This record gives sequence, structure tokens and C-alpha cells, in this order.
Amino acid sequence: MALTIRIVAGSTAPIYRQIVDQITRSVASGELAVGESVPSVRQLARELVINPNTVAKAYAELVDSGFLETQAGKGFFVAKRRQVYSKSERLRRIDESIDQLVNHAVTLDIEPEVIVQRLQQRFEKNLKPAGD
Amino acid sequence: MSSIAISANNLTRYFGRNHVVRQVSFEIPVGTVTGLLGLNGAGKSTLIKMLMGLLAPTRGTCSVLGVDSTTLNSATRARIGYTIEGHFAYGSMSVRESEQLQSDSFPSWNPTLFQNTIDRFGISPSSRIRTLSRGQRAGVSIALTMSSDPELLILDDPALGLDPVSRRALNETILQFMEDGQRTVLLSSHLLDDIERVTDRVLVMVDGRILVHSSVSSFLERVSIWTCDSSEEPRQLPPVPGLIHAYQAGRRLTMAVVDVDQESQAAMVRICGQSLMRSDSSFVESVVAYLSRSRSSHSFLSKNPPATSTN
Repeated sequence: MALTIRIVAGSTAPIYRQIVDQITRSVASGELAVGESVPSVRQLARELVINPNTVAKAYAELVDSGFLETQAGKGFFVAKRRQVYSKSERLRRIDESIDQLVNHAVTLDIEPEVIVQRLQQRFEKNLKPAGD
Repeated sequence: MSSIAISANNLTRYFGRNHVVRQVSFEIPVGTVTGLLGLNGAGKSTLIKMLMGLLAPTRGTCSVLGVDSTTLNSATRARIGYTIEGHFAYGSMSVRESEQLQSDSFPSWNPTLFQNTIDRFGISPSSRIRTLSRGQRAGVSIALTMSSDPELLILDDPALGLDPVSRRALNETILQFMEDGQRTVLLSSHLLDDIERVTDRVLVMVDGRILVHSSVSSFLERVSIWTCDSSEEPRQLPPVPGLIHAYQAGRRLTMAVVDVDQESQAAMVRICGQSLMRSDSSFVESVVAYLSRSRSSHSFLSKNPPATSTN
């Protein structure tokens, strides 16, 4: 299936991040199947009229996080993987929830120590073996 | 071959008592497109003229393709493509005639590249240059500069006054030029959306100084925008570490900050209280924050403006 990537300049997301996010989403939704190829760096740069180093940076990050793999001379392919989101994407997503929590804590006037302690308790409770 | 295409070391230029370029140091690696941004009068053209050896530095040095700019000979110059601001061309000539004139001085002339470039701008070789639109005239000028197959392309505001179609053609031309990764482009421009697309690095020049030298993406990720509703009238702000620019519109106070840390955040909370809100910054907002410094009063800014420099 032909992958359609759209990027906009002037957004708060850098262009390389927009490419990373869209390919990540296409893989997560199954639109891009394992083993399928993505356009070459040069091809995508031409198509989007953007700097090829920007595309290369996006692909390097996708390879790092295990979304894509490269086969010498053949280009980039969707890799088989466990974790759907890249590390940085997972951190970004969890940061969104943390930001909300922090804002909430500030409005309700609750000390950071209390928040940290309660978070710790939650994690311990959730990590207890089943049936305990 | 050296992997540095352009370097400047403490480069300084006065006109009379006027400091136009101040202690500028940077290196541009081969295979990159670098955008040189700044308001009119920030010193961009003066910097470019010194790189091209057309103007002697008052102090400091610069080199292009590994050769000191003050000692450039014609052989090295032939490896550099340079367009001046405003796209000079002989109006009475046809496009083909001006190609012939130009190609005579370059043994490495590439007629296919010339043809491809003028095609992209929708220019017919038989047209008189005088009859072309501004965008097409820019196309001829770029085609004439590029088709000598230079290793380094220096474009002084090539997009000035171009329509959207010519801008796209210009972007495509620049990108195709550097596709093999061996060639380097430095261009100055005010069109920030195009700069974000086409370049991978930016230099932001304010009042003769380079305040930002960074990749486009890390530049964006390091600048954040903070807003709050201020109960007071506009006033002098206490110092905030990393503050690039602050302005107040009505009650809304907006601050652009580079590399925000706990200290700068605490300083902003002291100014704003708990209504302080963070948002990410777009490329345009980040650049404009830096450029606004020279237009605004410097009273609330530290003596040494925060520079953003990464490699």
C-alpha cells in the first residue's frame, strides 16, 4: 500500500518528528505491514520537498526504536517488533499524563512528596502477584 | 577533501565606527543546507561578502572550501556558486544568450542542469529576460549560478519577492543540487516556512552576532513559550535565565525561553504566579523571538544574550 505522509512547516512539531509520528501510526494501525518497504530517503525528500537529512534523521530514529530496519542496498523496511511505540514516543505520551497530574496537584495544593509517595504505593499495589 | 565547507573565526567588520559583524565564529559541514536568518541590516550580506572575499574583515578570518577568503583565486571561485541579492541579469538578452555568456567562463558547464532548472520555473530559453516575471528572473539567475556545477552554493536572499510556485521551484532546485550529499548550500532568507523545509541547520544573526547555530529540529525542541495573565501593567521583568524575548499584549505576558530549567521556571513563577502555562514553540515563533530582541528594549535582558549552539 502506498504510504502517504503529509508534513507542514510552522508547526510546533519539527518536520522529522512529523515523519516519525506518521510512520509510527501507520505501523501501529497495520496500514504498513511488517516487511513492507517505505520510500527511500531521497524519494521521500523529493516528494515532500524537504531536506534529505531531515528524512534521514527520522528514519534513523525509527531504526533506533525498532520500527524500521535497513537492508544494505535495498532500503528501509517495517521491522517485526513487540513494543508499538518508540521509547521517545512512549515517554512523550506518559509526559502528557504527568503534566496533567502535576497541574492538578498544583491547583489542589498538594506537595510533590505526597504525590511521589502515593504514586509509589500505586505501583507497588499493581505489581503484587495476583491472588495476594 | 575537507569536511568543512565554510568556517568563520572571530570574524568582525566595521563600517566606520559601525559594528556590522561582531566576532562571528561558526563552521558549516559539507553536505548540509544552512539557513542564514536575520532582519534587514543584521549583517547577513556583509558576512556573505566577506566569505566570498569581496570585503576584507576588520578582524578575524574566514575560509570557503578550505581556502582563506582573502586569498581566493579564480580556480577556487569557479567551485563556488554565488548569487547576490536581487538577481542581477542583462534584461536585453534572451535566456539562451545569457547561458552562452555564462557557460564560456566555466569548463564544467552542465547544460542539462540548466535546462532542468529553467523548466522547473516554466521559462522558455528564447524569452528575453526583461519580459520574465520576477520569479522567473530569479530562476534564470539560480540556473546560471548552479549549472557551473559548483561544490558550494551561496544564495543571498534568493526567495525575495517570489510567488508560491517559484518558491517551490527554488526549493526543489536547491534540494536537487545537494542530493548527492557532497555539496553545500548557504542561503539567507526571510521565508521561515521554506527555511524549515529546505535547511537542516540555521544561523540566526542579530545585530551582527550569531545568536543561534543549531540543527532545525533541536532548535525547535530547545525553545519553549510561556504565558500567563499578569495583573499588573507592563513593567520591567526581573531576570529569567535563558529568556530570549518577552512581550505583553493586554494582560497576557508571553516569554520565549531557551533550555528552560528549574531556575528559569522558578523565576517565571515569581513573575506570574500559578497561572504560568507552557507551550511548545514553532520554528517561526522561535526565530521571531530571537529576531525581536533587536527591535525591543533590552532593559529586561541580560547583557549576554543566550546563544543556542549545537552540532
